[in-house]
Amino acid sequence: MNTTWSRFNVTSIVLGFAFLYLPIVLLIVFSFNESKLVTVWGGFSTKWYVSLFHNQGLMDATWVTARVGVISATVATVLGTLAALTLTRYTRFRGRVLFSGMVFAPLVMPEVITGLSLLLLFVAVGLDRGFLTVTLAHITLTMCFVAVVVQSRLISFDRSLEEAAMDLGATPVKTFFQITLPVIMPAIVSGWMLAFTLSLDDLVIASFTSGPGATTLPMKIYSQVRLGVTPEINAACTILIAVVAVGVIIASIANKRREVQRQLDEQAAQRG
Amino acid sequence: MSNAAVTAASASPATSAGKSILARLGAAFVGRLVIIIPYVWLLFFFLIPFIIVFKISLSQTAIAMPPYTPVLDFSGGISGFFGQLRQLSIDNYVWLTQDALYFNAYVTSLIIAAISTVLTLLVGYPIAYGMARAPATIRPTLLMLVILPFWTSFLIRVYAWIGILKPEGLLNQLLLATGIISQPLIILNTYTAIFIGIVYSYLPFMVLPLYSSLEKMDYSLIEAAKDLGCPPTSAFWKITFPLSLPGVIAGCLLVFIPAVGEFVIPDLLGGSQTLMIGKTLWNEFFANRDWPVSSAVAVILLLLLTVPIMLFQQAQARAQEQDK
Repeated sequence: MNTTWSRFNVTSIVLGFAFLYLPIVLLIVFSFNESKLVTVWGGFSTKWYVSLFHNQGLMDATWVTARVGVISATVATVLGTLAALTLTRYTRFRGRVLFSGMVFAPLVMPEVITGLSLLLLFVAVGLDRGFLTVTLAHITLTMCFVAVVVQSRLISFDRSLEEAAMDLGATPVKTFFQITLPVIMPAIVSGWMLAFTLSLDDLVIASFTSGPGATTLPMKIYSQVRLGVTPEINAACTILIAVVAVGVIIASIANKRREVQRQLDEQAAQRG
Repeated sequence: MSNAAVTAASASPATSAGKSILARLGAAFVGRLVIIIPYVWLLFFFLIPFIIVFKISLSQTAIAMPPYTPVLDFSGGISGFFGQLRQLSIDNYVWLTQDALYFNAYVTSLIIAAISTVLTLLVGYPIAYGMARAPATIRPTLLMLVILPFWTSFLIRVYAWIGILKPEGLLNQLLLATGIISQPLIILNTYTAIFIGIVYSYLPFMVLPLYSSLEKMDYSLIEAAKDLGCPPTSAFWKITFPLSLPGVIAGCLLVFIPAVGEFVIPDLLGGSQTLMIGKTLWNEFFANRDWPVSSAVAVILLLLLTVPIMLFQQAQARAQEQDK
């Protein structure tokens, strides 16, 4: 079918993407500003990046955030994958409606509610607020996002591959690790990355569930933003954006390569 | 899962019985674990916390740590339990109805979320439509470009707007320099800034479901309508829009529900003059340290959002069925 890509379509896309990207671009540009004013250009400088690395509080917060992110994303990926398997493979069991409700609700639940409720849980069971509680909170939030990402891959998964493996005598566990897992791996990887960035990103839930000594980077940035906009924060944000952008690009290239390789393998198999 | 057992049974009759039972037991056990582990986790970290919120919303504020009177504590035995049951009070809820501030905050939040949802739809629809009609070769790139901002921090994206919307910010500089305005516009710390912030931050959530339903659409329907003499606008309203309705509903719910309880955007862009319930809850908790009242605020907010959240779940379930 020949789709006409009219001028209207092109204009709306260009304007839309300008709206999405211009603020981020401006933020990055002004992190290289000589002047202390964030909105007046005073020449090129990287001094804010230098002063950033001498800001001990910010560095500590970065380290906390990175550790929370890696641990929570990893646990959330395991739990989220299990949840996705449950949702796609076990269509009938007692409490399935409640289960799918608990997976989908956190996606849209206002963060203030999730944060408050988790905090009250931690207080009720007598868990001191700190590194552990933030991590547990982030696992709970992000596993639902992982579940949705992995689930969408599992739905389009060809079950006959698994049946073939089991017909050939593989146990269900072996089938899962040798057949299912490699096929859904790209979704699991992007699920992990989504979980990691969500954890890196979160201000509200971390503010509720964190305690002294476990200040995360968004909490630090937020408290500084409240005092005023400075190029140093722009610099911190730029680094954060760069880290995520590089990660996303590497992951998508790797995904593409694997996809191409898979297609080549399939063609070879069909010829062979 | 029973295939393994069947195959094993047909392979060698002697060992088949033991093998198939083991295989079956193993499968059943693994199957159970797959369900049980995430189920228990979500029960404990998602459902039970809500019950605790509800419980604490019925308690009284106390100067202690934690700052509320204990409720439904089983340490006092059954008689103690009933004694405490009598202490439960709906004072916090009465308080919420008496102070107009809370009522206004709820109503304002719902209105702001509704207006921003409509604005996001108006901004997002042309983008999604343009993407769906784009040449198939560049569609994945466009999709990637819509998703990419979602990966950068929400806080950073909101923060970026402060520098743009300030009275001496970039937008006013541009408008003053081009002579469009002679006085700087006051946008930051108004509801306008909140609208801009919500539309900007939630745009990908609107565009993605819209795109996925518009992309599936059969555009020969439009051509047929055109051939039959239907003007483009009525073709849009009679064909395109109704067919994209699942995407519209999913996108609107994905924007509306979190926007009602939004905290970061009203706090950073709305200033102290604007009122939204997420901010009220935050202040009640962090500034006033009134845990029972903030719990009551959360319970009411959750009740207000129950219907939209259930609609969202139904939409998700339906989409999942269609994908199968």
